[in-house]
Amino acid sequence: MKISENQKSMNRRSFLKVSILASGALVIGIGCERPSSASTMEQRTWKPNLYVRINTDGTVTIVSKNPEAGQGVKTAFPMVVAECLNVDWKNVSVEQAPLDDRYGRQAIGGSRGTPDGWDDLRIAGTGARYLLTAAAASEWGVPVADCMAEKGAVIHKASGRSRRYESLLEIAATLPVPDVADLKLKSRPEEFELLGTFVPGVDNPKIITGQALFGCDIRLEGMLYAIYEKCPTYAGKVRKANVDQVRKLPGVTHAFVVDGGSDLRGLLPGVAVVAKTWWEAQSARKKLRVEWDTTHSDSTADYDRQAEVLRKEAGETLRTDGDVQRALDSASNVVEASYYYPFVSHANMEPQNCTAVYRESGRMELWAPSQNPKAGRQLISATMDIPEDRIHVNLARIGGGFGRRLRNDFMVEAAWIARETRQPVQLQWSREDDMRHDFYRPAAWHHFTAGVDKNGKMSAFDHHFVTFSKNGETVSGAGLSPDHYPAGLVPNFRLRQSLIETNVPTGPWRSPGHSAYCWAYQSFFDEVALAAERDQLEFRLDLLSRSYGKPPLDLERTSGTLKLAAEKAGWGRRALAANRGMGMAFHFDHGGFVSHVAEVVADGSRITVEKVYSAADVGPIINVSGARHQVEGAVTDALSTAQLEITFANGAATQSNFSDYSLLRINQAPEIECHFIQSDNSPTGLGEPPFAAATPAITNAIFAATGTRIRELPFSRSGVSAAPR
Amino acid sequence: MSQVTLNINGQTHTVDVPSDMPLLWALRDTLNLTGTKYSCGTGVCGTCTVLINGTPMRSCVMPAISMAGAEITTIEGLDPSGNHPVQRAWNDEDVPQCGYCQGGQILTASALLKQNPNPSDQDIDAAMAGVLCRCGTYSRIRKAIKRAAENAAREGGTS
Repeated sequence: MKISENQKSMNRRSFLKVSILASGALVIGIGCERPSSASTMEQRTWKPNLYVRINTDGTVTIVSKNPEAGQGVKTAFPMVVAECLNVDWKNVSVEQAPLDDRYGRQAIGGSRGTPDGWDDLRIAGTGARYLLTAAAASEWGVPVADCMAEKGAVIHKASGRSRRYESLLEIAATLPVPDVADLKLKSRPEEFELLGTFVPGVDNPKIITGQALFGCDIRLEGMLYAIYEKCPTYAGKVRKANVDQVRKLPGVTHAFVVDGGSDLRGLLPGVAVVAKTWWEAQSARKKLRVEWDTTHSDSTADYDRQAEVLRKEAGETLRTDGDVQRALDSASNVVEASYYYPFVSHANMEPQNCTAVYRESGRMELWAPSQNPKAGRQLISATMDIPEDRIHVNLARIGGGFGRRLRNDFMVEAAWIARETRQPVQLQWSREDDMRHDFYRPAAWHHFTAGVDKNGKMSAFDHHFVTFSKNGETVSGAGLSPDHYPAGLVPNFRLRQSLIETNVPTGPWRSPGHSAYCWAYQSFFDEVALAAERDQLEFRLDLLSRSYGKPPLDLERTSGTLKLAAEKAGWGRRALAANRGMGMAFHFDHGGFVSHVAEVVADGSRITVEKVYSAADVGPIINVSGARHQVEGAVTDALSTAQLEITFANGAATQSNFSDYSLLRINQAPEIECHFIQSDNSPTGLGEPPFAAATPAITNAIFAATGTRIRELPFSRSGVSAAPR
Repeated sequence: MSQVTLNINGQTHTVDVPSDMPLLWALRDTLNLTGTKYSCGTGVCGTCTVLINGTPMRSCVMPAISMAGAEITTIEGLDPSGNHPVQRAWNDEDVPQCGYCQGGQILTASALLKQNPNPSDQDIDAAMAGVLCRCGTYSRIRKAIKRAAENAAREGGTS
């Protein structure tokens, strides 16, 4: 959607509200009208979702409403306000907001931050700038049009007179607030001074000196530390626990059973051990003996057996275009391959934790590293029968989100323990708790059959997808849209689905679905192109050159990223040594178009991923550093995750720490070269889109270098290992 | 419980801790020095790195009581004003994403540069391989170390 169209079609009415504080600071809030049956001015509810405070000393404080987990919003969002306000970035300070309904949505995920915030952030900055310009103009008795604002001051162009914003606050507060529809919002990279530059993170000064920022860094007077032991096979109830013995151990203040429920996303049954230090709680845990009433014994071996049976079945047809069977029967060439990837863990560096204090007044206060603190508050309210307005949540900086912290189990656990003990308590999960009680990205099997016609075009695509369900519904992260490419890119298409029931917890994992199945698709396209004896780039661009019915993605923007990545990588222009290979992939998800070309070097089965060339189209870039971070991080994450798996035995996860879930180390990390196409579109996010195409670009490069086609992840299943550079 | 006097960032602290309590938890829970972080508890990930007499070590597997007499430097103590060449380079290259591992990364990098003021790519990879970063800031870490080395050389070495 083009920028000017987007502004016209904003389907919420946003408006500004201004007030002056006792300190003299000017506060600008941005509100939006909630749809209601009554539309008179008196009955509109003003719910501001952003505050800008212009202080009397010339500094500007911008409140950041969303949690920060390393995706960069705490820096990027204030940058947008500062850009439109025309203030010097060095005069900006950023405050983290707590959970407060006046801010509206405060969840992070889905790469939605940037697209959702773009309008309101610009409105807040621009509206304030208009107001301050009007204030100066009225002081000087000149038309507003003869004035301009820059670097925190308003200037009368003809006379050169200028006044700094901080000298205009009282006047500005008395003027009529500009109508949002009258604001001309900056939207093109050519208009930006700050946006599109490289800006270091606003929390860097604290991070580099070790100041408290994360949930686990909160220290309260009299605070105790807790662990929470749960059934390794998920949702099992406590039959017996030696809490009386444990309570007597050194440093332990409380040990008790929690009944909990059966909802994997809520408060599960367990045993809490609370002590004066975390070490003492964790040490006491070693003497804890719990008998569980378990409910299942899921295992990877059993899933594999079921998948093998289902493979031979037809499955449920989810989509059929044309006549796949006839097209396959008449194809010049038929290509068949099966792909598999395992469950994987989020592996946030900061294990789950939450700090809570339940006061005698019945007020619950928490410090939570949550990606969706509002849902956490709702969960606590519903589980513990505490009204939501008695629950206050402070948003801690998050040591890695990736979708794990969209689940708030750690919040309700901490809240429960706080109320039981009536003490401030910090619940800290161990690494073993974290890895064994994750909401995993689910495994899946893909069985592809493609037909290539006499012109080398993919004429038929049949896909049998075997995935996981609970009570017949695909579990979180296990679904696949029937509209996903290559549906719409080939004339004959069929998607079939079979389901394996699972009892293990699954959940959103950075680009849910896409981050897993893009690898299968783009690896298989590689095989089809090879069978058709066509160049990988030429084959894909041709595939993206036409649609059959509604295109599954914007063909032009997708092709644009692929062409750019290939050009930067020198595809087709460089002769490569025999043990070197390049591979490519494109994808689109969560609003972003990203393609990668990877270059690898092979030494037998030991592969070094030397460099990845990446091209992304997400419209205008806000913070170049932040944007590159997401691409660099996602590519590194993809190579890391391709070598990892979580397996299950007797109902529980097998892996428990980094020694059996070995994340990528610096000596295996590729160089990544990022390029951004700043197309004339509204900006979208980068937290997820760069991930999906990275894995297949790498494995396609491995094929080019070695002749080994990786059809099963992790790499070890295919006899390949990543070597240090 | 045992008593031990620890020399942390140039200050002495006398604490009573369980005799098997790792230095990490004495720092975090007994002394409220939360700059040093917990991630694996088994010495594998490097997030808990502190400098012991200038050498990077894993505080999660070293008993606090065995650290008497050692000069302990945590991320809070490297340079509280953030002006160490590694810290400045870390900000100029905007290394952190979530930031959780960065204390361990910065201390390890500072030790590397003190011992090897002009490290090669291989030197950097070898020295830094012990500290995991799940967000994937590795390419920035390499750049920042090179930048810190250049800046330090211009300014007359790292302290």
